[in-house]
Amino acid sequence: MRPQAPGGGPGPVYEHPWFVRFVHWTNATAVCVMLLSGLQIFSAFPSFGAKVPEHDLIEAVPEAVTLGGWLGGALQWHFTFMWIFAIGGIFYVSAQLMSGHFRTVLFVTRDAPGVWPMARHYFLFGPKPPITAQYNALQKLAYTTALLLGGLLMWTGAVMYKPAQLSLLAAPFGGYHNARLVHFLAMCGLVAFVPGHLVMVAIHGWDNARSIVTGWKRHPEYETVHGIQAADGDSGSS
Amino acid sequence: MSTPPVRPGTTRRELLKLSPVLLLAAFAVPAWQDRLLETGVRISDTASSWLFRRNHNAPTFAEADVVPFERFPYNYFDVVDPEVDLDAWGLTVGGAVARPGRYRLDQIRALPQVRQNTRHICVEGWDVIGRFGGARVGDFLDFVGADPNARFVTVTCADRYYESIEIATARHPQSLLCYEMYDQPLDRGHGAPLRLQMPTTLGYKQAKYLMTLDVTHVLPERRSYWGDKGYSWYGGV
Repeated sequence: MRPQAPGGGPGPVYEHPWFVRFVHWTNATAVCVMLLSGLQIFSAFPSFGAKVPEHDLIEAVPEAVTLGGWLGGALQWHFTFMWIFAIGGIFYVSAQLMSGHFRTVLFVTRDAPGVWPMARHYFLFGPKPPITAQYNALQKLAYTTALLLGGLLMWTGAVMYKPAQLSLLAAPFGGYHNARLVHFLAMCGLVAFVPGHLVMVAIHGWDNARSIVTGWKRHPEYETVHGIQAADGDSGSS
Repeated sequence: MSTPPVRPGTTRRELLKLSPVLLLAAFAVPAWQDRLLETGVRISDTASSWLFRRNHNAPTFAEADVVPFERFPYNYFDVVDPEVDLDAWGLTVGGAVARPGRYRLDQIRALPQVRQNTRHICVEGWDVIGRFGGARVGDFLDFVGADPNARFVTVTCADRYYESIEIATARHPQSLLCYEMYDQPLDRGHGAPLRLQMPTTLGYKQAKYLMTLDVTHVLPERRSYWGDKGYSWYGGV
């Protein structure tokens, strides 16, 4: 049941349930902290190879993009915010699955044909494909990829944190050193997602940006709203 | 079936539901930051202690994977050689043990010997595979009659270094009172005559040049040289 705007056009839509907005902000904070403290940790041994012989890739990461001041301080930030990141991520996935809301954002094979037209529109000024739902195919691909990268970061992080207790977790990466490299690359992937995300937020303006805080979008581009939003369990308490 | 809130008039309530996120701002308050981060590390240490599996061995390696002895790095916080008098040396054992006193190296050597090729992991992120030999800490604890209800083992070193570990870590089958590397007596730089060698912990927990060992029920004020400076006390891997 969607209320109609006075003009009869698409009215306000409750796009983001509480848990999406909540985890968006806790984990955006956590990602910043993990990134900066992680780079400080990397400075202590700026290599992905063996200690003997040691081949450092750089002298050290510039201080401006680090957090913690020294290795011990950075580890404190990393070991504190890893809980916020992991618990937030697990809560987000559980709530998406239990509410059924994941169907609006999870990239599935059916979405694949829509990716290229949307990318062509954004990057090559191609015609704009019709907008029929909250997320287009390219967005679904980006958000689903970011989520998988988050999972990969947790996995490889666990390999480095507990290489003895969780030694079996290292096997898919072919060992402990590779897990460190994959951890770094997954971090790069997640960081690569951010500028695109922020540019899109800037282009789409205030009404869109506000929706990740309040949940509401007053003037959605799309005409039809998925029944899924009406079925969202969280909204009952509102 | 519930319906969504009908109009943006509910914005205030929607904002209130996000307010717990603002608690993260406490990390930006200098007066609270240290305590919050200490709490975070303590939670991680507690989780690490739960995760510890008494009979799960750290990976061991073939001879071909072992780094040549000459290239095994020397790590020290103060001096590489604190000039221990090896002839007069004895390990002073105290605390909750039935047989406190000074133990000579040959008494420790008389315990069953373990040799293992394990990974030495540094908190900095690097690791080196080496070959170590010694007596199980657990065998030594039995030898000196450690109180089965004791919770910690603390050590002090010839170079003013000090450490403490949980009894579960001490009694892990790969935790050694190490007196050999590469089948030779431990050299001075690597901690002669006796060091801790525990592949289930980071390097800084594996104190060298041991002088005293105490079995305790509580942690001492000075828990760990690097742990007291801000690293995780638990330091398990």
